[in-house]
Amino acid sequence: MSKANVTRRQRVRSTLQNASAFLKTFRRSKMGVLGLAIIVFFIALALLAGPLAPYPPKLMGAGQPFEVPSAEHWLGTDDVGEDLYSQLLYGTRVSLMVGFVAAFMSTIIGTMVGLISGYFGGKLDEFFMRVIDVLIIIPGIPLMLLLAAYLGPSIWNIIFILVFFGWTTIGRVVRSQTLALRELPFIESARASGAGDMRIMFTDLMPNLVGIIVPQAILSIVGAILGEAGLSFLGLGDPTNQSWGLMLYYAESYGAFLRSAWWWIIPPGLCITLVGIGFTFVGYALNDIFNPRLRRRGA
Amino acid sequence: MHLLDIRNLKTHFYTLEGVVKAVDDVSFTVDEGEAVGLAGESGSGKSTVALSVMRLIKPPGKVVSGQILYKGEDLLGKRIAQFDDVRWKEISMIFQGAMNALNPVYTVGNQIVEAITHHEGTSSTEAWKTAERLLGLVGIDSSRAHSFPHEFSGGMRQRAMIAMALALNPSLVIADEPTTALDVIVERQILDLIADLKRKLGLSILLITHDLSVISELCSKAVIFYAGQIAELSPVAAMLKEPLHPYTRGLLDAFLRIDGEKEKLRPIAGNPPSLLNPPSGCRFHPRCPYAKGICSTEQPKLTDVGGRLVACHLFTGAS
Repeated sequence: MSKANVTRRQRVRSTLQNASAFLKTFRRSKMGVLGLAIIVFFIALALLAGPLAPYPPKLMGAGQPFEVPSAEHWLGTDDVGEDLYSQLLYGTRVSLMVGFVAAFMSTIIGTMVGLISGYFGGKLDEFFMRVIDVLIIIPGIPLMLLLAAYLGPSIWNIIFILVFFGWTTIGRVVRSQTLALRELPFIESARASGAGDMRIMFTDLMPNLVGIIVPQAILSIVGAILGEAGLSFLGLGDPTNQSWGLMLYYAESYGAFLRSAWWWIIPPGLCITLVGIGFTFVGYALNDIFNPRLRRRGA
Repeated sequence: MHLLDIRNLKTHFYTLEGVVKAVDDVSFTVDEGEAVGLAGESGSGKSTVALSVMRLIKPPGKVVSGQILYKGEDLLGKRIAQFDDVRWKEISMIFQGAMNALNPVYTVGNQIVEAITHHEGTSSTEAWKTAERLLGLVGIDSSRAHSFPHEFSGGMRQRAMIAMALALNPSLVIADEPTTALDVIVERQILDLIADLKRKLGLSILLITHDLSVISELCSKAVIFYAGQIAELSPVAAMLKEPLHPYTRGLLDAFLRIDGEKEKLRPIAGNPPSLLNPPSGCRFHPRCPYAKGICSTEQPKLTDVGGRLVACHLFTGAS
């Protein structure tokens, strides 16, 4: 066995050790495990929506209008007899997809802006920070409504709007952390050994930021899912991709509240809440692990 | 030809309050295989010299004039891309390892490997071998290459920093306070290690410190800095035996000698001057016990006194 192989094996082993240490720490957080279980459950629902749903979600007359939950229709039917259980399953797909994509894009943009802003400083930093200030100061919902109404109902427009407003938090957090990190001697040492700006930003600084980016990214999924639900509930959702928020919009528009059709209102509401709680729990748990100075005993 | 020949270097910082002349007309040389110590108080400009050589001066700082000749070539005239041939391959730097000089998210071996592959395009397997050899050289077991910096003690981190500085086989190593923040026993070990490596590898060393005892351990030549200028430049042995400049005298008086008689330490009165607005004439005159009239009006030139250079009116012959 050559020396090189030993070295590689050692490296692989230390990576595995790190991963298992991480899992051990994560498992210790009840909150994190519960959150993860909720998320896994909903992701499974989303993936298996096809085989699980008893009816096509938009099949009118699958039952009578406003049927109470029964063995036939687990969650009853809506005003035109569409199966609500099937709608809920397909809605999971849309809600989660919007949440993931919007949070992912927000994270990328926020990280880039934060890194560039914090690392280079000066006029560029000034510019980005003023942009963030403006986006934070102006009331979000009215502007979102305006944008949504102007852009028209499409899932991609919703994602665009959510990203447009969603990257600012991560941008700020990453910037402030970059400001602190770039003054540390190891960055000076990297520069002394000939590393360029790009290299310093992406190979030296970025890995040090993962600990604050990841929990923040997970928490921003919650923001995106709630944002989407809000926009959809106000009737700005994409009717061809019905999410939980849009279910609530239809419920409100077609008299579910008047007829006290609780089976149309509670399930999507509960799902939104549960998914929100799930991601928040995981976000907090990761935050505890990555930023141990904030870690509390027994959490 | 000297290995490193710094001529009339001026590095200034253009701050909002005014121009800080951190390094003001400084010249000295480092020869092949020689260890030169740069000593002075905090803020005397000694680190700025090192950063000027490595071209790490950031705005608002600027190298205003002078030459830094390395093997006869002026480093300041080089474009950054050309400077890459010198940086780390010819001149490398040992940072204060006890602090955050290693990136916390990479293993120590990984960081040395990165430095090697970045400059030399060797395969990573080769580079890992070199890294393990280097760690062995500085007295760290090669199996520890896969440890993270936080798994190292302060002394080990400093050793790792030294290994990193040696990664590309440089001729000149600049050590900026390599033993600050280490306890005396570890300090001793690190100094021995540096002395050992210097002998084994024929390194030239530019050692920056505020601790004259460190210089007396390691260096043959000392450059005493005061307020951005050279006060005295002298072989170490001669300086310790008979300091010429009143400031050097003051520094040595402020030290305990383990073998000397029992005596009271005499601190130098006053504070280092602000470089924003340095005193007229000799910059040391407000604190100097020997100050005379001319000291506050005329700046003393470096004068040759028996092969040593000293900037003081006691030796310029002026009255």
